[in-house]
Amino acid sequence: MIPTEQQPNNWSKLLRYCRNHIPVVLIALVSAAIGTVLTLLGPDQLSEMTDLITQGLATGIDMDAVASIGLFLVLIYAISAVLSLLQGLIMSSVTQKVSKRLRGDLSRKMNRLPLSYYNKSTTGDILSRVTNDVDTIGQALNQSVGTLVTALAMFVGSIVMMLKTNVIMTVTAVVATIIGFGLMAVIMKKSQKYFQSQQEYLGKINGHVEEVYTGHTVVKAYNAETQMRDAFEGLNGNLKNSAFKAQFLSGLMMPIMMFIGNLGFVAVCVAGAVLATNGDISFGVIVAFMMYVRFFTQPLSQIAQAAQSLQSASAASKRVFEFLEAEEMDDEQGKTARLEAAAGKVKFEHVQFAYEGTDNLVIKDFSTEVMPGQKIAIVGPTGAGKTTLVNLLIRFNELTGGEIYIDDMPISSLTRENIHDQFCMVLQDTWLFEGTIRENLVYNKTGITEQEIEEACKSVGLHHFIQTLSAGYDTVLNDKVNLSAGQKQQLTIARAMLKNAPMLVLDEATSSVDTRTELLIQQAMDRLMEGRTSFVIAHRLSTIKNADVILVLKDGDILESGSHTELLAKNGFYAELYNSQFEQAS
Amino acid sequence: MLNILKYLKPKEWALFGASLLFIVAQVWLDLELPGYMSKITRLVQTPGSEMSEIIAAGGWMLLCALGSLATSIIVAGIAAKIAANFSARLRSNLFNKVQSFSMEEINSFSTASLITRSTNDITQVQMLIVIGLQLLVKAPILAVWALLKITGKSWQWSLATGAAVGILILVVGICIVLVLPKFQKLQQLTDNLNRVARENLTGLRVIRAYNAEGYQEEKFGSANNILTSTNLFANNVLAVLMPSISLILSGLSLAIYWIGAALIQSADMTAKMDLFSDMIVFSSYAIQVVMAFMMLIMIFILLPRAHVSAKRINEVLDTKPRLENGSLTASPGTVTGEVEFRNVSFKYPDAEDYVIKDISFTAKRGETVAFIGSTGCGKSTVVNLIPRFYDATSGEVLVDGVNVNRYEQSALRNKMGYVSQKAVLFGGTVTSNIAFGDNGSDAAPEVVDAVYTSQASDFVEKMDGSYEAHIAQGGSNLSGGQKQRLSIARAIARRPEILIFDDSFSALDYKTDRKLRSELKKEARGTTMLIVAQRIGTIKDADKIIVLEAGRIAGMGTHDELMESCEVYQEIAYSQLSKEELA
Repeated sequence: MIPTEQQPNNWSKLLRYCRNHIPVVLIALVSAAIGTVLTLLGPDQLSEMTDLITQGLATGIDMDAVASIGLFLVLIYAISAVLSLLQGLIMSSVTQKVSKRLRGDLSRKMNRLPLSYYNKSTTGDILSRVTNDVDTIGQALNQSVGTLVTALAMFVGSIVMMLKTNVIMTVTAVVATIIGFGLMAVIMKKSQKYFQSQQEYLGKINGHVEEVYTGHTVVKAYNAETQMRDAFEGLNGNLKNSAFKAQFLSGLMMPIMMFIGNLGFVAVCVAGAVLATNGDISFGVIVAFMMYVRFFTQPLSQIAQAAQSLQSASAASKRVFEFLEAEEMDDEQGKTARLEAAAGKVKFEHVQFAYEGTDNLVIKDFSTEVMPGQKIAIVGPTGAGKTTLVNLLIRFNELTGGEIYIDDMPISSLTRENIHDQFCMVLQDTWLFEGTIRENLVYNKTGITEQEIEEACKSVGLHHFIQTLSAGYDTVLNDKVNLSAGQKQQLTIARAMLKNAPMLVLDEATSSVDTRTELLIQQAMDRLMEGRTSFVIAHRLSTIKNADVILVLKDGDILESGSHTELLAKNGFYAELYNSQFEQAS
Repeated sequence: MLNILKYLKPKEWALFGASLLFIVAQVWLDLELPGYMSKITRLVQTPGSEMSEIIAAGGWMLLCALGSLATSIIVAGIAAKIAANFSARLRSNLFNKVQSFSMEEINSFSTASLITRSTNDITQVQMLIVIGLQLLVKAPILAVWALLKITGKSWQWSLATGAAVGILILVVGICIVLVLPKFQKLQQLTDNLNRVARENLTGLRVIRAYNAEGYQEEKFGSANNILTSTNLFANNVLAVLMPSISLILSGLSLAIYWIGAALIQSADMTAKMDLFSDMIVFSSYAIQVVMAFMMLIMIFILLPRAHVSAKRINEVLDTKPRLENGSLTASPGTVTGEVEFRNVSFKYPDAEDYVIKDISFTAKRGETVAFIGSTGCGKSTVVNLIPRFYDATSGEVLVDGVNVNRYEQSALRNKMGYVSQKAVLFGGTVTSNIAFGDNGSDAAPEVVDAVYTSQASDFVEKMDGSYEAHIAQGGSNLSGGQKQRLSIARAIARRPEILIFDDSFSALDYKTDRKLRSELKKEARGTTMLIVAQRIGTIKDADKIIVLEAGRIAGMGTHDELMESCEVYQEIAYSQLSKEELA
């Protein structure tokens, strides 16, 4: 019975998560409870008023007494309204705070998970956790917790009052409602499952839709609309079924509870009448019980309703906590070693790397030493492990074996942040975000002057283009602004220039810039490389001819190394690679 | 909101009609209940009444309750059915609509927004429909029926009930006026939050490289803050609602009794008894009336959000795809594999400048035509016009001698294999990505052939499960070059008349690039190839090279011709290779 074990688990997690708010929530709950107890007094007073009227039918009603009861009730109602308003306001602010924190934690979590986590999950699914699931939790907490407490207070209050009045009658009322509880439990358990699968399919559909919408051109070009639609319809059909079942079962709760209320009423009346004819109880008791049984069963339907929305919240929080509890990258709080500005000596020592969970070594046994200020080019056929090597150096991935030293410090002793600070990086993906060009350039750096920005853009040959835009550097980049891949790349190079770190990594930095522009950028990059240890991955061999050392990588091993002329003279793999760009395809 | 109901099918309207009947039955049964209740009360309160009478009345009451239970189960079932079917249909309509969009429409909505519209917004509408079908319909029936039961008793009581309803509507009205605009904003803010989170997820590497986690989180934080404060305001207003309602409800009961006491006091002796029983009945029905209004309010809480969602869904569904589909499913002539541009110009709808202007050329069957030029010169735009991702603003694009807009889009696209600049892969397997779309899924040998031709066999066969190896969404478990080779394999597996490579080779190293092109020449003899490239090496041996500069043709010819005559081409060439190398 895994689900039953997991469900409380989700709740205790959520509860632990909210523990800071527990004092305020308690205030809210206490005021809800008091408000409810006050309302329990209401009908009692009303029936007293009725009695006054009945008694006065013949003789004339004691209007003063009626008025005093009336005024008392007005007071009670007012206090109870204020209390439940207080409860509502507290709960709404607590829920919003919790949702906000959940979302914030989810967003922070994204940056703490190892990159390998993202090979296994889809962007759409994670997004669905940040929005859909947190929303569901928020809505449930906001509406249900208050209701639950009010209902419980009423439930307990009426039980106490019933027991005080008559035990046998209480048993009757309770038995009648236990049937209701039984039904409710069965239904809840069933619908819990469907709520979970509803949420799950929603996540899957999200993932699929995201993928198809972003790959729109390819889907169209291959007339894969039908294929994509079929996949979509499959998911959609499943979602439809689980949505129907979840909605239907949860729709049953209210009517069943209403029925149980009526059943309780009749049971109490009949049992009461029997007892009364035997002379065990007075008629007054029956009248009182008819009221209590209403109070007793009425909250049940509210509890049912609250339980139902808490159910979907439980399903949602399962997904949220699943993400929040995924294994993070190692904590580096304890690392005290720190590299200020590295001189740029880098040593790879028997470096090995395999992706988590596989034995397949992508980098087998890589050793090399790089002197400060050298320009190292890494070439090799696609899939040789060039990017992996760089990823290891900047610790996007962790080594499987061996060690890398920067200025004789093993990188495992440094924090990732510290290592990242040592590198200017231009990566293959030209990632820009929605914001102005200036924001994209400066990014998270501080103290960058306008002049520096313009200079960086001039050196990558983008300044003129930016000036032609209507808002210049303040142009907002979004889906509607059409930047070519090359222009995007130029922006990211300018961004790297502004970072101004002691070492440099260029991973296919100019692969999507045309060569004439590249020539321009090349000069800027050469300037950037001056005095910096640089690692350059490039397909265009023309850009790396002047490297101090060229490492030729194949299948995770160094095949050859040396300068351009040395390697050409060797007439090996590099020479073949280099000459292939001039050969005619035959 | 009402607009979106047009997507309900007749069958669902019929179901709805049926549920209407059941709701009427349910209301009738529900309103019978108070009668039995007061009868039982009276019997119990009257000393000496028969046990059997109480049991009989109790039995009838239970029967009514059971009937009401049965009807509401049916109503709940119908509501859930309609809502589930309806939302599944909406989702599917929306998905298909988006699939029919051209790039222009996708860009005008933005992908992120289309995703929320396809999922979140539909869930909102579904929720409203489930509850609406049960309560929205029941509430007015209940209100009217209960009102009918109590009219003509006493104007004072009616006045009190009227006042209660009036205050209720007023309170709710104020709340809605305050909250509705906030809800409208909430959707936008959710979109925004989604966008920032997406940005973070897609840019993980860059973010980490820049130690910009804090920056991203701050950005997310501010989106989160606005969303939270808006939500808080809306929820606080709604928090006022429930206490006010129960205050009104209790106040009404009290008022009826208080007024009752006064009325009875001043009435004749004979009328006193009648008034008393009227009072009891009135109070129970008056509560029903107010309850009915409460149900309506429940709906009104859901309505604003759902209304906004429905509007956003309709916006997408009502967008007419700009591209009109042609009718030709095959080219009428005997020419195949021919692409011709006649004075083609293109500009974006609201843009001032043309992206390409007056482009004319012909690519005959089996020819390789290459496009080269600096970034942003319009090379990609030229080839994007051939599969009709956009329509030319003026001039004609002809495939096999027929204007592309006369073809059925799928027929047109079946003629070509297109490889985009940025490799796009889908979650699935290697095979499912290559035997994609109209390539068919049972073409195993062709998949293997294509993988070999595209130089992808070495890594594919090394992957876990080789051709059935898992590909993560967006191909995130492959390198850029690997992705690109698979997307090239996809085009080749199609065995098309025309192959279009939109700058697809730049993610490949030279050696792979050259090998791939030699293989292509062998395997795809007779296939017309249109290649957008940046490397001279890639296109040197093309039959025709078209040099583009700022959207216009700056030169056309073979490599040798252009080296002689075209200055722009020379510049490009010398930027890549030294004079000796070019010789």
